[in-house]
Amino acid sequence: MAILEVNNVHLSFGGLQVLHDVSFSVNSGEIYAIIGPNGAGKTSILNCLGGFYHQQKGQIDFNGIDISHLTPDRRASLGLARTFQNIALFRGMTVLDNIKLGSHAHLKTGLLDAALYWGRAHREEMELREEIEKDIIDFLEIEHIRKQPVSTLAYGLQKRVELARALAMQPKILLMDEPVAGMNAEETEDMVRFILDIQEERDLTIIIIEHDMRMIMDISDRIMVLNFGQKIAEGNPQEVQQHPEVLKAYLGTDKRGQS
Amino acid sequence: MRIGDFKESYATDEAVFTTSTSRFWLGVLFLILALFPFMVGDYLLYMANITGIAIVAALGLNILTGAAGQISLGHAAFVGIGAYTSAILSNRFGMPFLICLPLAGLASAFFGVLVGAPSMRMKGLYLCITTLAAQVIFEFFFVHWESLTGGIRGLNIAPAKIFGLNIGTEFGFYWVTLTVVIIAATVSRNIFRTRVGRAFIAIRDRDISAELMGINLFRYKLYAFAVSSFLAGIAGCLWVNHLKSITPEHFPLHESIRFLAMIIVGGLGNILGAIYGAIFMTLIPEILQAILKFFEEIFPQAMSFLFPLQTVVFGFLIVVFLVFEPHGLAEMWVRVKSYFRLWPFKH
Ligand SMILES: Nc1ncnc2c1ncn2[C@@H]1O[C@H](COP(=O)(O)OP(=O)(O)O)[C@@H](O)[C@H]1O
Ligand SMILES: [Mg+2]
Repeated sequence: MAILEVNNVHLSFGGLQVLHDVSFSVNSGEIYAIIGPNGAGKTSILNCLGGFYHQQKGQIDFNGIDISHLTPDRRASLGLARTFQNIALFRGMTVLDNIKLGSHAHLKTGLLDAALYWGRAHREEMELREEIEKDIIDFLEIEHIRKQPVSTLAYGLQKRVELARALAMQPKILLMDEPVAGMNAEETEDMVRFILDIQEERDLTIIIIEHDMRMIMDISDRIMVLNFGQKIAEGNPQEVQQHPEVLKAYLGTDKRGQS
Repeated sequence: MRIGDFKESYATDEAVFTTSTSRFWLGVLFLILALFPFMVGDYLLYMANITGIAIVAALGLNILTGAAGQISLGHAAFVGIGAYTSAILSNRFGMPFLICLPLAGLASAFFGVLVGAPSMRMKGLYLCITTLAAQVIFEFFFVHWESLTGGIRGLNIAPAKIFGLNIGTEFGFYWVTLTVVIIAATVSRNIFRTRVGRAFIAIRDRDISAELMGINLFRYKLYAFAVSSFLAGIAGCLWVNHLKSITPEHFPLHESIRFLAMIIVGGLGNILGAIYGAIFMTLIPEILQAILKFFEEIFPQAMSFLFPLQTVVFGFLIVVFLVFEPHGLAEMWVRVKSYFRLWPFKH
């Protein structure tokens, strides 16, 4: 059942211990949340999963295979996709091209095909365009901006385009780093709706980092709480909300968790 | 934007020349290019030919530096490799022009990949220095491997033929240059319609997230080096067959910098920009010289003062462009076009 297993991961930069013996496993199809105060090491976990950071100790199994030593591009083609805390779109490109980039690993056009743009390359591009329009642009309601350079878009829309690009990677696991941070209520609502739809319709596993407690408690199947690089609690939303360590470390004394 | 039939509409949307107006003007352009050689003399044909050759080289550098963001100071050396390869193949093995042309490209591409290999570990300025080293090393070989390159005296080659047709004249060569320019521009454009071109731009914009998108950085950087130096090699082959001689002096560092200036003035990463930039950088010095000649007749004694002024004015023009038109000639052209589209109704 577990699609992802993280075992005893240690990560440090110089003398700074960022992750200390972190283990967790994520079940196929669930929404798994990682919460914790700023600097707890949440983003670092995603970076280890994506292959951008390399843990000093510990192992990461994806579908039963150890991926700890694979390069980021290999992990991406296995089915790990990511949205970033600080938007990491290709700013000079249009929305459409950014999304097309997400499909990179699933396309076959080589250098020679590209230069000639005959037959296969042409067909592949046309199919790609159709697929993206149908499965992603329509779905995320971004038809009206598809030809715009992303740098001209409002913040909330940029985040949505980032999600679109991640979906184009046809991932098995979607890693989302603070997808609604900085969004207004309406944008947040849209994003939550998209996340739930994605999980439901696409048979996707989602790992999400977020500070918006109400949202996390609403959508997550299970939650892990991280503090100073250590896992201090794990469980479903009720369990986590009542966990004494969590109340102390993260939620303060506010039981409803509006910190 | 949503038009009835899915397939039809997206195919139209993805086409390069989408409107009938743009197709009309493209037709007009081709007509002018086809009539041009019948209306002008050898001097203007010569100018057209060297401009065309510069365009092919600039299109190459535009892919590596403009699109993929890998700054190269060695582009002239790759043009040189193509030129020497072509000259040696035709002098020693009697190979015809049409065989020399792709082989010159492949030879340059081979060395381009070699020079690009360190890009796995290096980027930015460090990689730039590697390409500078390549420029210096290749120049050294051009000068000192005398048995192959003829040393500082260089090589001379016989006028080229295609299927027995003499293309050694400016008029004959014009058609060759024009054809190659059209093919090179089409290939450039094609690359940017596929995942390969998108990967180049992604690497330039954000190499870390490009890798997280599943792009193999090293492979695509090598692709960029390969395509870029292939086009440089093609330009080199044209060069030597046009001039019918080469010496190492034709491919110095400042020629590499001139190619960089072309794509910067034109607009980095923009195919039309590379073309405009190559035209600008080739024609402006020539025009300045013509103006100077005119003044020489009126004030013969002022020449010693006016002559260096030519370089100063040229440099000044480039700076003016970079300050007032940072996205290059291509962007300026877009604005001029939209101005004229609205012009009669503006007020
Ligand atoms: N590349 C890095 N080099 C040094 N320290 C880092 C690096 N990345 C993260 N850290 C440190 O690791 C800690 C956790 O960071 P991060 O994972 O971004 O936290 P979070 O996402 O939970 O806010 C912070 O103290 C941060 O400064
Ligand atoms: Mg973070």
